[in-house]
Amino acid sequence: MKSDGFDQFKGSPDYVTSEPLRNAVNVAIALGRPLLIRGEPGTGKTLLAHSIARGLGKKLIVWNIKSTTKAQEGLYVYDTVQRLNDSRFGDRDVSDIKHYIQLGKLGQAFASPEQLVLLIDEIDKADIEFPNDLLNELDEMSFYIPETNETITAVHRPITVITSNAEKELPDAFLRRCIFHYIEFPDPKLMEEIVQVHFPDIKNSLLREVLKTFYSLREIDEFRKKPSTGELIDWIRALIAGGIPHESISKEIPFIGTLLKKETDYDYFVNNYMTRIGNRYVH
Amino acid sequence: MFTDFFYILRKRKVPVSITEWMTLMESLAKGYITNLDEFYFLARAILVKSEAYYDHYDVAFQEYFTGIETPAEILEQILEWLKDPLNRMTLTEEELALFDSLDFDELLKELEKRLKEQTEQHDGGGYWIGRGGTSPFGHSGYHPAGIRIGGESRGRHAIQIAGERRFRNYRNDLTLDVRQVKIALKGLRQLSRIGPEDELDLEETIEATAKNAGEIDLIWRRSRKNAVKVLLLMDVGGSMEPFALLCSQLFSAAHSSTHFKDFRYYYFHNCIYDNLYQDIERQEAISIDRLLRTLEPDYKLLLVGDARMGSWELMERYGAINYYERNETPGIVWLKRIAEHFTHCVWLNPDDPRFWIHPTIRVIGKLFPMFPLTLDGLGQAVKRLVVKK
Repeated sequence: MKSDGFDQFKGSPDYVTSEPLRNAVNVAIALGRPLLIRGEPGTGKTLLAHSIARGLGKKLIVWNIKSTTKAQEGLYVYDTVQRLNDSRFGDRDVSDIKHYIQLGKLGQAFASPEQLVLLIDEIDKADIEFPNDLLNELDEMSFYIPETNETITAVHRPITVITSNAEKELPDAFLRRCIFHYIEFPDPKLMEEIVQVHFPDIKNSLLREVLKTFYSLREIDEFRKKPSTGELIDWIRALIAGGIPHESISKEIPFIGTLLKKETDYDYFVNNYMTRIGNRYVH
Repeated sequence: MFTDFFYILRKRKVPVSITEWMTLMESLAKGYITNLDEFYFLARAILVKSEAYYDHYDVAFQEYFTGIETPAEILEQILEWLKDPLNRMTLTEEELALFDSLDFDELLKELEKRLKEQTEQHDGGGYWIGRGGTSPFGHSGYHPAGIRIGGESRGRHAIQIAGERRFRNYRNDLTLDVRQVKIALKGLRQLSRIGPEDELDLEETIEATAKNAGEIDLIWRRSRKNAVKVLLLMDVGGSMEPFALLCSQLFSAAHSSTHFKDFRYYYFHNCIYDNLYQDIERQEAISIDRLLRTLEPDYKLLLVGDARMGSWELMERYGAINYYERNETPGIVWLKRIAEHFTHCVWLNPDDPRFWIHPTIRVIGKLFPMFPLTLDGLGQAVKRLVVKK
């Protein structure tokens, strides 16, 4: 992708990205649009924002969304209770409302004198109207505080990364303004790089066997929860700690419990596969 | 530029709007896109907002940029045949060695060549399968997608990537997974105020404080909790066998949904008679009489079954498919009692709605509003369950 003078994200040493993802990040930065990231659990959606911040040497602001989060809280909070309390006991100057206006995460990102990376994590946890309430603010990158008659305008548009687990449908109007990227489950080649970030000294023969078995397991559609990156890393740790020779991995699949976390999946696998590949050696 | 592509996307049911199209035009004009590969990914990032449409996008992309119809059906056949991952796990040493001896690029080239041939000839997938010992794909039994994934290099051509149609499984008109079902079930909500008074009622507090001449008077209230109780009755065995996986996904989603106040489930076989069962093997029975006595009518009832049976099994005494069940009362009477007891009921039918002309399905469909067991159908059913009566 051609650079047009804007900061280009090239990844960071501790986070492995694919080229399409890097391009999506860069086009989002160039166009000043929020980047919406979706993907299976364990594909590094949240870590992306951290990596962008590190890669570009910018500060990161994280806004974790909960089911009770309101859009307004991201802009500013007017602490009326504190003001009321102060007015009763009279130990602070209550005539200036500004003392009781606190900027939220979005507000802080706008007010910052330098460009920041803003992560709005798990946006779909909040109420279904939440994204719509932020439409204008994310579009214009400014908002108005009626209490103090002030308008906070972004000095630099923050690089906004939004993650979603698809728990709720996001409103169309919101989606139209975003750049969207779905992080696919890493292919074996990318996974190799990811594993090597965690285990720089891993033997090639072991890595190959591990990945072969891991990806065969992921092809079994009957699993309630397919093993993902996190489970793979745990499994490799267990294999290395147990000193399992790489030849026996695909034949015996030791420590299968680290990969299959659901009892039903475990039972299914033992009943349908372990017997079929002529192996009853299960941990 | 590329305006036809926009219309092809719309034709393929990708919900693209003018706003998004203009964004794409902007990034083209600014020169952020320098080649077709980048165009493929960036246009997708800008135009498509859900992985459920990635496959539609791939199909449209192929149509616009190569002008050929998709050889999807062939790929489908190969994938179907090679679906079993065991093919790969049970390889003998010799087969493994043989497979390893082939260069990956060679393998890839060969696969593409054959795929092309296949398209032109338009014959079935038997060619691949029949090859057996002579084809590198046949005897290794390796999933073609596996070859592609393993051998993928960064410079792959965008059309080929689109041609892989890797996102076919994400289309939501095809698949239903536990998580999606859970999301659909989240619609089953009826919030009411229960539990301890632990939430500040701001309006009331202001009111009381004002009345109190400014002396703060805090008013607390109970927080809102979900009051929905769910009863799930599932048909198991017999003609329901093909839908076992689907049903178990629905069950697993409902069972792990923590937001219900109460969740009960029972099984039946074919049709409901005097008893329901607490286990799939139908050993532990519970009588319907007792069930209707103990469960309040405000339980939301979900029935899952194909409703397909012999008409005597539904309409007649002693009609039960299991001879020893000896039902004194015909199944239809039991179903009516259930339908009358509960205020909100739906019937989810995993069978294709095209086959719902079957007589017993029609009769049961009159008793219970019937919906297909798909994501859309489930969504509609959930809506039906929460309407106020």
